[in-house]
Amino acid sequence: MKITEEKKILLEVSGLKQYFTVKKDSIFQPKAYVKAVDDISFVVNEGETLSIVGESGCGKSTTGRSILKLDEPTDGKVLYAGKNLVDLSKKEMRDLRGDLQVIFQDPFASLNPRQKIKQILGEAMTIQKSVAKPLQRERMIELLNLVGLPAEALDRYPHEFSGGQRQRIGIARALAVVDVSIQAQILNLLKKLQKQFQLTFLFISHDLSVVRYISDRVMVMYLGKIVEISDKKDLFEVPLHPYTKALLSSIPVPNPSEKIERILLKGDVPSPINPPTGCRFHTRCPFATDRCKTEEPALRELRENHFVSCHYAEELS
Amino acid sequence: MTEMQETILEVKDLKTYFYTKRGVSKAVDGIDFSLKKGETLGIVGESGCGKSITSLSILRLIPTPPGKIEGGEVLFKGRDLVSLPDSEMRKIRGNEISMIFQEPMTSLNPVIPVGEQIAEAIRLHQKMNKKEARAKAVDMLKLVGIPSPEKRAKQEPFQLSGGMRQRVMIAMALSCNPEVLIADEPTTALDVTIQAQILELIKDLQVKLGMGVVLITHDLGVVAETCNKVAVMYAGNIVEHAPTQNLFDDPKHPYTRGLLDSLPKIDEDKDELYTIEGSVPSSYNMPAGCRFSSRCPFAESICEQKKPELLEQQDGSKVRCWMYSDEWTAAKPHKEVLSS
Repeated sequence: MKITEEKKILLEVSGLKQYFTVKKDSIFQPKAYVKAVDDISFVVNEGETLSIVGESGCGKSTTGRSILKLDEPTDGKVLYAGKNLVDLSKKEMRDLRGDLQVIFQDPFASLNPRQKIKQILGEAMTIQKSVAKPLQRERMIELLNLVGLPAEALDRYPHEFSGGQRQRIGIARALAVVDVSIQAQILNLLKKLQKQFQLTFLFISHDLSVVRYISDRVMVMYLGKIVEISDKKDLFEVPLHPYTKALLSSIPVPNPSEKIERILLKGDVPSPINPPTGCRFHTRCPFATDRCKTEEPALRELRENHFVSCHYAEELS
Repeated sequence: MTEMQETILEVKDLKTYFYTKRGVSKAVDGIDFSLKKGETLGIVGESGCGKSITSLSILRLIPTPPGKIEGGEVLFKGRDLVSLPDSEMRKIRGNEISMIFQEPMTSLNPVIPVGEQIAEAIRLHQKMNKKEARAKAVDMLKLVGIPSPEKRAKQEPFQLSGGMRQRVMIAMALSCNPEVLIADEPTTALDVTIQAQILELIKDLQVKLGMGVVLITHDLGVVAETCNKVAVMYAGNIVEHAPTQNLFDDPKHPYTRGLLDSLPKIDEDKDELYTIEGSVPSSYNMPAGCRFSSRCPFAESICEQKKPELLEQQDGSKVRCWMYSDEWTAAKPHKEVLSS
C-alpha cells in the first residue's frame, strides 16, 4: 500500500485469514469453514485512528481479535515493532498486551456475573499494574463518574444494573454505548487521550456517525473482505464502492429537512460459510454483472489514498 | 382526510412507580400525550428515562409487584385501560393494540415454527380454524416482505436472520389489524441496512393499514425520519413535546438542545462534541425542582426550587422549562449558545 507524506507504519497486517470450523451435522459431511476474515492486508499508521466498519458478520471484530491473537489467526502476518505477532508465544504476547490494549463492546460477555464491579475493575488494574492498589478505589470512582455512574455502583453486581448502566461499566461499552450524552464524553476523552499520549487507535464500530467523528482513515468490510479503505473525508464525501454508498445512505439523519436518497439493499448478508463467488457483494449489489459473479475484484487505488475493490468503481462514481 | 383527526390513544398524567427495598422508584412520573389515527409519535430519551416503562404501562405489562400504575389514565378509544379487568385487557392486547420489541428472539418461542406462532396469535383473537389461520400467517409473512413465505413459515426462529425475525414479529403484531402499534426500539439490534428496510416497512404498512404508531427509541435520526411528533423524556417526565420539524429546527428545552449537540453526525466534521455534564438524578430521590436543573447550563434559583409545568408555545410545541415562563427574569440564552 502506498504511503504518502511521512507516516510511520505502526502495525502492518498482510494476508490475514481467520477461519473457524463449523460443527458438522454428520461425520460424512466435508469440513466446513466460516471464513470470517479472508485474506486482508492493511496498515495502521502511528498516531492515527483507523476505523473498521461494517455490519455484523463482516469480520471487523474478528480482525481486531486476530491482531491481538485472542483468536489464533489461520494465516497471515501482523508486524508490530519488527515482530510478527502471529509467531509470538503466549508469554511474549502477554508482555506486549500493555502496548496493545483492547476495549470490548459486549456488555454481557465481558462482565463476570459473580464479581462485584469493584472486583471487575480492580482485576483489570492489578493485572495491568496500571494503578497501585491503594489508589485503585479512587481511580475506580473516577472512572465510574466518567461513565455517569455513582460510586455506590462499586459494591453491586452486574445484574443489579439496567442494560444501559451495565453498558457503561468498564469503559468497555464505552464505545458502543447507547446514551449519546455519555457517548459524547467518552469520544471526547478518547480524542484527548490520543493527543496527550500519542496513542494509535484501531477503532471497530458499526456506527458511522461515530466513526466520522473519531477517525483519520476508515476501512469498510463486507463478508470478510475489505471493500474500501480511505482517508475519512474522502470516504464520506466520495464513497466509491456500492456497498459503502448503500451503508452511508442507510444512516438515519437527525434532521427532518434533509431528504437523503436511500439505497435500500435487498435481503440479508449471505452466510460466510459459503460466501458468494466473485465479488462477495454481487448478490445484493444493484449494479452487479456476470463478471462480478465470477471474478473477484482486487483492492486498487482509485484516488489518492483511496482504495476500492469494485470492477466498476470508475463508471459508478 | 378527516380520519387523521381522530384521537385513538390518550395518556393522561400516567404514573408508574416501583416499590423496592431501596425505596420508591418513580420511573414514570406524570406524563401526558395523545396519538391520532395514522400518526407516528416518537418517544425519545436515554436509558432509564422511563420510555420503555411508559410503553409497558400502556399495555399493562408492568410486573406487579414491584411495579404499579399509581395514577392517571390510558384512554383507548375513550375507554380507560388502567381500570379495565385483566380479561378485557387481554382482548385488546395483541389485537387492537399490538407491540414489537427490540430483541425478537426473546419474544418468539424458539421451538415452534414461526408460521404456527403467528397462526396461534391470530386464533387467539379471531374466529378462524387452524387451516385458515395458517394461510393468513403466510399472507402476513408475505406482507412484511419475507421471501418464500410458505417455506419460512415452517422454520423455527433460529433458522432466520435477525432482520427476518424482526419481520416475523411485525407480521405477528399486525396479524390482527391493530389500531395502535407500539414499537419499542424495533431496530436497535439490527444492522443499519436492515434497519433501513424495517423502518421503510413500518412506514409502508402504517399508510396501508392506517394505524397509529408509538415509536420508542434512543435514536434521534430514526425519529427525524419516521415520526410526526416527538416527546422527549428525561427522568420520568416529558420535557419537550413538539412536531418533529419544530423539535429539530428549534429545540427548546436545554436537555433537548444538549442531546442534539452531543450527537456525532454523519454529514458534519466536528473537533469536539458538546457534553451534558453530570448525571441523571436517581429515580428514588428526585429533586424538588426541575429534574434537569443540576446539569443545566442556564439554571437559575427558581429551577432548583419549583418544578416547571409543560408550557405551551406559539409554534405548537410544549416545553417543561422555566426559561419559557413569565417568571423567568434572566436573559434568555440564544439557541447557538450551546453549540459554540
